[in-house]
This record gives sequence, C-alpha cells and structure tokens, in this order.
Amino acid sequence: MLGVSIAAAMLLDMVMLASGMRESFRELLMSRGFEIRLAPKGTLPFDTDATIPDVAAVSATLRTNADIEAISPVMAASIHVPVGGRNVSSATLGIDPSVQGDYELMAGEDVIRADALVANDYLIEQLRAKVGDTVEVATGYDPQTRSYTGQRKLVLTGRVRFIYGASRQPASAMRRETLEGMVEPERRNRASLFMVRLRQGADAEEVRAWISSELPNVTAISIATAIAQVDQRLSYFRQLAFILGAVSLFVGFLLVTTLVTVSVNERAGEIAVMRAIGVSRAHVVQQIVLEGVAISLAGALLGLALGLVTARYLNAILSAFPGLPMAIDFFLFQPRAAWSALGLLVMSGIGAGIYPAWRASSLPIAESLRREAIA
Amino acid sequence: MSGRVVVSLQDVKRDYALGRESVHALRGVTLDVTAGDYVAIVGPSGCGKSTLLNLVGVIDQPSGGTVSIEGRRVDGMTDREATTFRLRTIGFVFQRFYLLPILSALENVSLPMAEAKVPGAERTERATKLLEYVGLRERLGHRPSELSGGEQQRVAIARALANKPLLLLADEPTGELDAHTGSEIISLFRRLNDDGTTIVVVTHDEELATAARRQIHMRDGRIVGDAFET
Repeated sequence: MLGVSIAAAMLLDMVMLASGMRESFRELLMSRGFEIRLAPKGTLPFDTDATIPDVAAVSATLRTNADIEAISPVMAASIHVPVGGRNVSSATLGIDPSVQGDYELMAGEDVIRADALVANDYLIEQLRAKVGDTVEVATGYDPQTRSYTGQRKLVLTGRVRFIYGASRQPASAMRRETLEGMVEPERRNRASLFMVRLRQGADAEEVRAWISSELPNVTAISIATAIAQVDQRLSYFRQLAFILGAVSLFVGFLLVTTLVTVSVNERAGEIAVMRAIGVSRAHVVQQIVLEGVAISLAGALLGLALGLVTARYLNAILSAFPGLPMAIDFFLFQPRAAWSALGLLVMSGIGAGIYPAWRASSLPIAESLRREAIA
Repeated sequence: MSGRVVVSLQDVKRDYALGRESVHALRGVTLDVTAGDYVAIVGPSGCGKSTLLNLVGVIDQPSGGTVSIEGRRVDGMTDREATTFRLRTIGFVFQRFYLLPILSALENVSLPMAEAKVPGAERTERATKLLEYVGLRERLGHRPSELSGGEQQRVAIARALANKPLLLLADEPTGELDAHTGSEIISLFRRLNDDGTTIVVVTHDEELATAARRQIHMRDGRIVGDAFET
C-alpha cells in the first residue's frame, strides 16, 4: 500500500509540476490587472538593460486607444548606498505610485513624496535601517571604480513586497522622476517597461496587435503571449513531468496488479466456493476490480497527503533558485490536477484489477476446490 | 428405493489428464437419488467421492455418460447456465466454511439470495429464520472471525439453504470440527433431512455416514456398495 501511495504522490507531484509553473506565472501576471507589457524591441521585460525612449510620446500614443485604461511606465536601475564603509547595491524601480503594479505596500507609506524610497525586507536589513530613516543614495556611480560623484538623501517611507522579486534580492522603488534625477542624462525620459491596463471587456490580443503596429520599436506582450513564451521555455519541465508521471502511473499499476493477484491467489478457495454457490462470473470480476479500485483510492488518498508535503518541500528548494520571482510556484495545487491524478489512478486500478479478475473468474471450480483441499 | 428421482447418473466417467497420463477418477457410475434421500458417499481417499459430488453439483463436467437433475441434463451446460442452475437448485457445504470474512453471518447467508435478486426485506427475513433454524439466533451480526468452527459451519449450512435448494451437497462437512461439534452438525443434517431436504454428503466420518439413510461405498472410481437404512 505504501508503494502505491508513493507512486500516487509522485504522479500528483508530476501533474502539479506539469502545469504548476505556468498557472503560477499566469496568476502572477494577472494579480495586478495589467494585461499587456511593453518591452524594448526583441526583448522580454527586464531581460536586458535596453530601454524604450521617449516615455511621453509612447504614453501619448497609447492614450489614443480607448481600450487602454492606464499606463504605468517603469524604469529599472541600480542604486548604491554606502553603509559603514561598504556599498549596498539594490535593483530599483522608478514608478508612478498611482498606477504601479510591481509591489505591495506592507508597512509605512508609498512613494508619495519626491524624496521617498520604499524597500523590501532584505534591502532594509542590508541597510540596517528602519521605516522613517534617511538613507544617502550615491549618484553618478561608476561601477568600474566603485566611486560616485554625489549623494541624494531619500527617506525610507515604506516596507514593500515586490511581486516579481526573487528571494534574497535587495529591491527598492521610488518615483520615476526621482530616479531620473539620479541617473545619467542620456537615460532620462526612458522606460525599461510599460505596463498597460485595459478597460473591462477589451480584447487584449487586439490591443496588442494595435500597439505593435503603432509602436514598431517595442515588443508588446499580452499575458497569453507571455504564457506561450513561458510554455516554450518550460517545455523541458513538462516533458520531464510527463515521463515521470507516466512511470509513476505504470509502477502504481504494477503494484496494484500484484496486490490484487496475491489477494486473489490467497482467496482462490473462497472465490471457487462463491462460484459454486451460484455467484456469477461477472460479479466475481466486479468484486475483484472494485478491490483494485479500492486499493488505488486508498493509495491515492494517502499519496495526496504525501504528494502535497513533498511538493511543498521541493517547491521551497526550487523557488529559492536565484533570479526567479518568489511568487512563482513550481508545484501548484489545483483541484483539477488532483482530480486528474485521482482519475488516472482509479482508471489504472480498474485496469490493474481486470487481469486477476479474469483469471480468478476463469478458474475451474472443482479443480480450485481440490487444490484447496490438498493445501 | 421409491419416490421421485432427483439425481440420475448414467454410466458417468470422469478422466483427468495428469501430464501424459490419464487418471480415471470415475469409471462408469450409475446412480439415482430420490427426493428426501439422505445419502452418504464413503470410501478411501482418491476413490472418486468428491469427483462424483462435483458432477452432481454441476461444478464439473463428466468425460462420459449423463447427469440429470430433476430430469434435466446438466452435463454440457454452459458456464452461465450452470451458475444459474446451481444458484436456484443446489446448496453446497464444504469442509472449510469459506464465509466472506468482511460480512456478518446474516450477510453471508443473504449473499446467494442477493445473487438471485430476492428483495432485501425478504432476504433478511429468510436469512434470520435460517440462522435461527441452525441455532445462531444470537449471532446474526457476528463476523466469521467472531464465530467458532461449528458456528461457522452452521452459517455455511444456512447459506446453502438460502435459495431453498432442491438438493444439499456436503463435502466432508465435519472434517474440520472436533467430535462434539461434528455431532451437532450431524444432528443438524438429520433434522434437515427429516424436514424434507435431500442431502448427499461425502465423508470419511463414520458417525456422519451412519447417520445417513443410505450409504454408497466407492472404490477406484466405482460404486461397490449401496446400502439403505433398514
């Protein structure tokens, strides 16, 4: 039974893995309600340092489409904060707090003021600061010489959680105009990414196509296309999950077949007597197949619990991979996936019961009784 | 011997293949059993007693000859026909009781009736009456593991009687019981026969054989003696 449970657990995990990351990614993209993202031509959001020039012109073009409800230009950069003789570096986003979709405010105040900075727990820890403290951020930082030309005082107004942030990655955000004031002049009025929110009922693919034709220098990515790209990148995971899932199912099938066969062999006399007193062959088959299903179901229920525990453990390991958003789950529990695994196991239980059932019901009654008597 | 013939065997043979050899378990048996008979088939091990019982019980087919029950030929029946025939016409009791361990005594007795599609209430009523008849009124809800060997055999007898069979067949019904419990089962068989049940029993048990009204002696696949109670 434990073997069946382990096979069931593995099957559940593989079903969860096959669709988990995709669903998790979709939920992540949908969480803030921005249906389209604009990245520099030929890139994915934040994939490179490339930027989209002329934020004002791009925004003006986008506003001409009545289906577009809100636009959120985001500028990405690095900031450096000298702390006790060392530099603490952080990825930072320049955003408009009224339409941003990159973080959730956990405590304090958003970047309402021009000198406000919000940071995640890991950066706050690195800065040895607390909400309300002033930090001096280097301006004109030269990564080659690790020197800077000036400093800008910013007030840490809030503690935030970045939705797309990786684990143990220091991250912060400030108003886009504040960040522009701290970077080289040639990087101003540029955005690393535009997030576009559509009005309810708007066709995202239609708007995406319109953006692609109106703004040839950007790559417009809808959630559907982003998921398609993720799907492409994750095909290895899916194939692996499919193969391991199929192996688990087969192992489970063999185990149930073995268990039912052993049980049938032990009860050959009992089955022969049932047949002798007039129980039909069909009922014997039904009984034994039900036994296979019962074993599969019991194994599946135990395997469900085991699978969820192992999925959680494996998820914690895989989610800690550098560069992956913390919110991404590799193993996402979905009732549909659990039902699929359960359905497959029940089907395999039926399949596993058929051979022993057929064999048991075909045994010559008199011969079975004679053997039992001798035994 | 007089009365309605229930079982009729005419020159019945049964051969088994044992590797390249052929074993002749029955070598031309002719026998009639009449309604209300209580027949004990006795003889040394391997003489063909159980083979004969299996043929009468339609769980085996003869290699030659004919077997008729209530005038109907049962040799050559298909599996489905034989199953239905056994369900309606024959009750079996075996040395090992073979009760279903997950079912109570009442449920075990109800099983053949469920197979025969007897309505639920009628099943329970009849199973209860049968268990009372065999002296297990207080044990209706007990599982086989909670019953003694003798009690289990009584449940098996009640199960065999569930569908009011024409014929009760028993193969060494006291074989796994101690002398005292065996005597109780023998008394039960006698009572059943007194109440009109036709019984054919295969046994090594002298007491059980003596209790029967007719003793058939077998040797080497043949009937060598047929004695009636005087």
